[in-house]
Amino acid sequence: MALHREKILTPSFWVLLAFTVIGFYCIGLRYVMGIGAVSNLSDGFPWGIWIAYDVATGTALACGGYALAIVIYIMNGWKYHPLIRSAIVTSLFGYALAGFSVMVDLGRYWNAYSFFMPSRWQVNSVMFEVAVCVMAYNVVLAIELLPAILERFVHSKNPRFPKLKEYARKVYPKLDKILIFFIVLGITLPTMHQSSLGSMMIIAGSKLNPIWQTGFLPILFLINAMYIGYSVIIFESTLSSVVFGRPFEKEVRVIAKVVPYLTAAWLIIRFADLYHRGHLSTAFSGDYYSKMFLVETLLIAGGAYMLTWKHFRMSPRWVFVSAVMLCVGGSWYRFSVYIIGFNPAKGWEYFPSLPEFFITLGLVAFEILGYMVLVKMFPIMPNLEGHKKNA
Amino acid sequence: MMKKTRREFIKLAALSGAGIAAAPLAAEASAPIAANEEAVGMLYDATLCVGCKACVASCKNVNDMDAAPAPNDADRLWDAPEDLDYRTRNIIKLYKDGEGDFSYVKYQCMHCIKPSCVSACPVGAMQQEKGRGIVFYDKDICIGCRYCQVACPFNIPKFEWPKAFPKIVKCDLCKFTNLKDKGIPACCDVCPTKAVIFGKRDFLLAEAKKRIAENPDKYQKEIYGEFEVGGTNVIYIAGETFDNLGFRELEHDSNAAFSENIQHTIYKGFVAPVALYGFLAFVALKNRKNHHGHGHGHDAKHEDKHGSEK
Ligand code: SF4
Ligand code: SF4
Ligand code: SF4
Repeated sequence: MALHREKILTPSFWVLLAFTVIGFYCIGLRYVMGIGAVSNLSDGFPWGIWIAYDVATGTALACGGYALAIVIYIMNGWKYHPLIRSAIVTSLFGYALAGFSVMVDLGRYWNAYSFFMPSRWQVNSVMFEVAVCVMAYNVVLAIELLPAILERFVHSKNPRFPKLKEYARKVYPKLDKILIFFIVLGITLPTMHQSSLGSMMIIAGSKLNPIWQTGFLPILFLINAMYIGYSVIIFESTLSSVVFGRPFEKEVRVIAKVVPYLTAAWLIIRFADLYHRGHLSTAFSGDYYSKMFLVETLLIAGGAYMLTWKHFRMSPRWVFVSAVMLCVGGSWYRFSVYIIGFNPAKGWEYFPSLPEFFITLGLVAFEILGYMVLVKMFPIMPNLEGHKKNA
Repeated sequence: MMKKTRREFIKLAALSGAGIAAAPLAAEASAPIAANEEAVGMLYDATLCVGCKACVASCKNVNDMDAAPAPNDADRLWDAPEDLDYRTRNIIKLYKDGEGDFSYVKYQCMHCIKPSCVSACPVGAMQQEKGRGIVFYDKDICIGCRYCQVACPFNIPKFEWPKAFPKIVKCDLCKFTNLKDKGIPACCDVCPTKAVIFGKRDFLLAEAKKRIAENPDKYQKEIYGEFEVGGTNVIYIAGETFDNLGFRELEHDSNAAFSENIQHTIYKGFVAPVALYGFLAFVALKNRKNHHGHGHGHDAKHEDKHGSEK
C-alpha cells in the first residue's frame, strides 16, 4: 500500500535519539536553574547560538520550500512539482526547530501569549514582524503539507478509521483548488521575515562591526536565504539519492543554474555597499573581523563560481561540494551578523557552552528524527516506482 | 526556456527586492528627533562626584534590589557590585590614568529621547512615558527575548541570568518609588555634593552649558548625551574625555529611528507585501492554468494509479 514503508528503527535512529535525549535533559536544566546556569550568555551577548543558529540561520536553511516554490509556481510553470513536498517538510521542520529554540531562549516564555494580544503589539519592533510572519508561515506550511497527509488516508485500502477516509476524500479536492493561494502566501511570508531577520540587527548600530552593519541588511538577508534555500535542496536531493537509492534528480541541475545569478547579485550589493560606506578597507584590513569576512565571502563566491561551469553542474559530486560551500558560507554570513561581528563593548566575549551546543544538537537531532519518520510514513518523496530500497 | 526563466526571475527579484533595497536610501532622509519640552532627566557632573556611592546604596534601598557581594566575601558582609547587573541599576566607577589624574563616573540608563530598547521590544514591555520621557519596564508583559539588550547602545538593560523566572532590570528614574513619593530620584536625592541633579532636560542642558562656559579649563567641551544616538535625557559633563570614562563614541543619529524608517519604508501601508502577493498570485494562477490545461497533473497521475490498483 504505502509507497515508502521502510524500516524506522535503524541505527541512525538510535544515534539521533541519544542526542535528542541529552538535548532535552539540558533543556530541562535550563528551565529549573535558569538560562545563565546552562549557557555562556551574558548581558553583553544576550543572544547566542540558539538565536544565531536555530533561528537566524536555521530558518534560512529551511528556505528550501520557499526557494523551490518560487521556481515551480512562479518561474517554471509547475515543472518540478514532485520535488516540492520534501522541501516543504524540511521547511516545516526547520521552522519548528526555530519555534522550539525560541521557547528555550525566551526568559519569560509564559508571557509569549502576548503575541496574540493586539493590545500588546508593538509594530515598530522588527522582532514583532518576524515573530508574526514566522508563526503565520508555520501555519501555511502545515496547510501546504495537508494534501500529503490526506492522500495517505484517501488511498488506504483497509482504513482503520473509515470515517476519516471518507472525510479526507471530501476535503482533498476542495483543498487542492484553493491551495494555490496558500502557496503564494508561502512565498510572500518568507520574503518578508527573511529580510526582517536582517533588519533585526540594524538597531544594534555600531555594536555590530561596520563590515556587516548596513541599511542593506534586509535585502542581503533575503537573497542569502534564497541561495541557501536552493543549495539545501541540492544538498538534500543529492544526499537522498544516496541514502534512499534514488537517481540523481536532473531538476537539481536547473536549480543549480539559478544560484550563481542570485549570488552575483548578493556579492555586488555587498561590495557596492562596503565601498559606498567607505569600509572596503575595513573588510580587507586583515584583522579578525576581516578574516571572518574573507572566509565567508570566499566560500560563497567559490561555491557559486563552480556552478557557473557546465562541467561542474553535470557532476553530482561537484554540485554537492558547491552546495555545501554555499550553505556554510551563507550561514557564516548570518553568524557574522548575529555573533561574530557583534561587539557590545570592551571586555565582553562569547563562545557557546557545552549544554548550549547540546540543546541545539538535540533539537536538530529531534528534527531529523521527525523528518525520517514522517517521510517513511507519508507519501512525501517524489514518486519513483522501482527505486525503492531500504535505508 | 532558460531565457524565459531568467527573465521571470529577474522580474520577481526586482519586485520583492525593490522595496527592501530602496529602504535604506529612502530612510536616510529622516527627520531629526526633537526632545520633549516636558522631558525630565539627570545631569551628572563628574568633577563634583566624590565617589561616596551614596547613590548606589540609596538606589538599592529604595528600589528593593539585592546586594552584590564581592567574589571573596564569604560572609556576604558587603555590597560590592563590580558593574551594572540585575542587582545594580546604577554604579559609580573610578577612572585613573598613570599621571594621578582621576575621575569618578556614574552609569545608569541614559533615558534616550528615541530609545532603542523601546523600539526593539516586540510586546511593548519597554515603554517611554509620554511627556516626561522616562523609559521604564513592565515585567508582566515582557517575554524575556532580550532584544532590548541587543538594541541598547549603552548596554544598560540587564537580565536575571541565574534565575528560573528572570526579568529585565534597569533604572527607571525611580518612576514608581522615590520620584513618585518625593518628586526626585533617589540617587539625586542623596547626593551630598549635588554631582547628580534632577530636572527638566532643557534646564539641565542650559546648566551644563553654563558650567562649561564659566570654567572652560576644567571641563571637556562636549556634553555627552546632547546629541548621542539622537540625544538622551541623562546628560554628562566631565573633566576627562568621555572615551576615558568608558563611553563609546556614538553616532548622532538614532539607530531606533533608522531601523524604524527602513521597516516602515518596506511596510508602508502594507502596499509592498500586498502588491507582492497580488503579483505572485497572478503569475501562479496563470501558470496553474497552463499546467492544468495540459491535463496531467502530478496528483491526477497519483489518483489514477491507485484507482486502478483496487
Ligand atoms: S540607555 Fe538603553 S535602556 Fe536606557 S533608554 Fe536608552 S536604549 Fe533604553
Ligand atoms: S526582554 Fe522584555 S523588555 Fe526586553 S525586548 Fe524582550 S520583551 Fe521587551
Ligand atoms: S534614578 Fe533611581 S533607579 Fe535610576 S539610578 Fe537613580 S536611584 Fe537608581
